[in-house]
Amino acid sequence: MTPQQVIFLIIAAVTLISAMFVVTDRNLFHAALAMMASFFGVAGMYVMLEAGFLAAAQLLVYIGAISILIIFAIMMTRRLMQSIESPFNSQSVGGLVAAIVSFVGLLALIIIGWPDANFQGAAEVSSNVLEGSVQQLGIALVSPDAYVVPFEVASVLLLAALVGSIFIAWPEKKES
Amino acid sequence: MIPLSWYLIVAAFLFCIGLYGVMARRNAVAILMSVELMLNAVNINLVAFWRYENPEQPVGIAWAIFVLTVAAAEAAVGLALIISVYRNRDSVVAEELDTLKY
Repeated sequence: MTPQQVIFLIIAAVTLISAMFVVTDRNLFHAALAMMASFFGVAGMYVMLEAGFLAAAQLLVYIGAISILIIFAIMMTRRLMQSIESPFNSQSVGGLVAAIVSFVGLLALIIIGWPDANFQGAAEVSSNVLEGSVQQLGIALVSPDAYVVPFEVASVLLLAALVGSIFIAWPEKKES
Repeated sequence: MIPLSWYLIVAAFLFCIGLYGVMARRNAVAILMSVELMLNAVNINLVAFWRYENPEQPVGIAWAIFVLTVAAAEAAVGLALIISVYRNRDSVVAEELDTLKY
């Protein structure tokens, strides 16, 4: 085992164990904190994949924004934080079976689809390529023959989500 | 040296944990958190394939960024809906939201 592999296994363990806390914890607030830990593990995985920009975006967007939003929602809906009833609904056994079956299916797909992926690491790439990837990404996001249309659609989507969530969450006017 | 399949297996496991959460949790906020976990699993796959198969083109990162954007929009609208539902029904348990059923 190389040191890299040990670090990868630690990060994967943090990610997966805290993800299990997210779906099983009775206390929703603790589940949200575990979700932040899981997102942090995913950011670490991006760092191991040498996608530093995405790791920073993960920290800002997921841990900085989405987790805080979810924690706010948990705090604004009372009685959620100390729930004494079961956190699972009536189909929890069926859900567990379905999750295990789909995991086995995905595992089979990975083993059949990438039989040589077990043995080789990432191809050696000169550091120029990886350091230039952020610049390339910036160019690709605004170049007409790449992603400019999805980029603009994403900005419209964010605006629509902003306006829509304000509209939905606005208190209803009392009819006088 | 980390094989590609390690990343794929971790992502598959994370996806299935999220899938279980979506199907088994009662609370709507918890369901939303499980959906976020599934989106993260997809992003790990995208970035891993970018790094191992085609690091010269930023295709994988670009799609991961778009997934991130859509996840942010989805969380904002979903939580606004949950707060609105809570205000009207005094509950965020997904099973009790059955007005459209009858």
